[in-house]
Amino acid sequence: MSAPLLALKNLDVFYGRIHAVRRVSLHVRQGEIVALIGGNGAGKTTLLSTISGLIRPAAGELSYEGRDLAGLAPERVVRLGLSHVPEGRLVFSPLSVEDNLRLGAYSLSAAARREALTFDLARIFEMFPILKERRTQAAGTLSGGEQQMLAIGRALMARPRALLLDEPGMGLAPLVIRDIFRHILGLRDSLGLTVLLVEQNARAALRIADRGYVLETGRVMVQGPAQELLANKDVQRAYLGRDQDR
Amino acid sequence: MYWQADCECMSREDLELVQLERLQATLSRVARNVPFYRKKFADLNLDPDQVRSLDDVRRLPFTTKLDVRDNYPYGLFAVPLREVVRLQASSGTTGKPVVVGYTKGDVRRWSELVARVLTAGGVTKDDVVQIALNYGLFTGGFGFHYGAERIGASVIPISSGNSRRQIMIMQDYRATALICTPSYALHLADTLASLGIERNQLTLRVGLFGAEPWSEPMRREIEDRLGILATDNYGISEVMGPGIAGECLERQGLHINEDHFLAEIVDPESGEPVPAGQTGELVLTTLTKEAFPVIRYRTGDLTRLISEPCRCGRTFRRMARVPGRADDMLIIRGINVFPSQVEALMLETGLIEPHYQIVLDRAGHLDTATILVEAPESFCTDRISESQRIIETVRRRLETDLGVDFEVRLVEPRTLERSEGKARRVIDRRTL
Repeated sequence: MSAPLLALKNLDVFYGRIHAVRRVSLHVRQGEIVALIGGNGAGKTTLLSTISGLIRPAAGELSYEGRDLAGLAPERVVRLGLSHVPEGRLVFSPLSVEDNLRLGAYSLSAAARREALTFDLARIFEMFPILKERRTQAAGTLSGGEQQMLAIGRALMARPRALLLDEPGMGLAPLVIRDIFRHILGLRDSLGLTVLLVEQNARAALRIADRGYVLETGRVMVQGPAQELLANKDVQRAYLGRDQDR
Repeated sequence: MYWQADCECMSREDLELVQLERLQATLSRVARNVPFYRKKFADLNLDPDQVRSLDDVRRLPFTTKLDVRDNYPYGLFAVPLREVVRLQASSGTTGKPVVVGYTKGDVRRWSELVARVLTAGGVTKDDVVQIALNYGLFTGGFGFHYGAERIGASVIPISSGNSRRQIMIMQDYRATALICTPSYALHLADTLASLGIERNQLTLRVGLFGAEPWSEPMRREIEDRLGILATDNYGISEVMGPGIAGECLERQGLHINEDHFLAEIVDPESGEPVPAGQTGELVLTTLTKEAFPVIRYRTGDLTRLISEPCRCGRTFRRMARVPGRADDMLIIRGINVFPSQVEALMLETGLIEPHYQIVLDRAGHLDTATILVEAPESFCTDRISESQRIIETVRRRLETDLGVDFEVRLVEPRTLERSEGKARRVIDRRTL
């Protein structure tokens, strides 16, 4: 095993006055899909926002490819190869699908951008044929699942090595969630992308993940291989909606 | 051969990262789920969130066998009983044995860890594994059983005892691997000799031995007389059972499964860490146990850690063979017995006074245990039926509660040595 691509050690983060993340240590290796699960207010989104530079940690170490990330501006983090797909997708509704995608390349150098706008755009359309079909349509007219694909496609335009995905399944129908998660798995398998996935739909996330961490009131309570977490009774009761007495 | 090469050969850097993450999650869980630990941390004004490095573990309190006993039966469990799929037990210092539990996940991980130890000792899926360790509350039998099945070996769950039957089955089923205590292995060798069976009439290849201290001369004798390659392994019920550590074929110490257990060596008196490589008491913290996690458990076993890389390629540190105990626990035919336990049981019968001596010896290769008990002053020793009744009652009581068959002998009042301080309760004449 090589050194982890992304490593958090003893991270403490305050969200306003709330101690939202407490002494969290976790790591993601190159090519891994790691799921971060937990209920509302467990600190998942705060943790992701801290990695992508939107929030500064109060204490602890945060490193990417061995270099310190803490305190770097979000655009610097993107340039290092870490793309954040925020919760609620946040596509630019009035803009066309294609323009949304092109915007994703803003952080690249001029040369890389030219390349991205030709090759990468074509590849993303290949991966998500529905986006190609609707390339001229306003993003706001897409369905929830299509918007999620667009948000992921836009993040890919920045040519990341790792994706931070915040609740990609939120508000989507189960069948659509399955489709999105299949795409996430495909990104890892075909592009070798590393994925840190925050998800309330623990089952869907753990099914495609290699490992997982369960956050509760800001702390890691359980961690381990995804298969073990799926079988863990604590996790089942709290996050998989399975009542053991039934 | 490795069972989980990606774990067993991981770099120390990766290992420490995994250990810290698992330690922190374990601490968060015990602080939330186990009142004993919550109170202990609160009493010491200790915030488990402040454990930020592996060295910080030294700031945490020890857990002792007494703590486990005081919380009998389920007080230290970190999950509700409905999530526990297995209960096992180990002898306590007095009275009742201590109970440990396993979730489904614990049993699965336990099997994997035993599979590692078996693989390191040379067992493969092609082996026919004769498990001559006690099946029951003792962790040995079932622990090895699940690990051997996990590997895909053919398991003979024969349990302990009945040596002639063991030999018959060993021959007829063509057993290739033997798992038992080292003294029982030698007893089987004696039985073979008495039956006139040569070692080349057996198909045995390897043997994994543990549950009691043994020595290099014993290893050579076992290997020579059974025609096998013998390895040592280590387990302790309160921490998990077998699967904690085991020798590889280099046989230069037992690799500790450090991704699941954090090992420390402390001075048994002061509890302070000893300098690297020195002998002291082994202290273990579980990193992945769900039902029965323990923080800094005092095993009572003396050993030292070997940090030099092993030629086998495993990166886990090794513990030297355990030469003995930090406390007065006795291991009689693989069964753990505390003198205090023997005393409590004998006094409970109401028939005798607390003047006794335990004498341990070896007949052939098996331990013999004798208890000399002073007859009460009021008692007239020539009433044979009365003395027989006392002897039989005490013997049965010990056999039922401890699983050890003591020979009980009544001696005249005031004939056992009285010392100024602590009475010399145990005379151990066994040599390894």
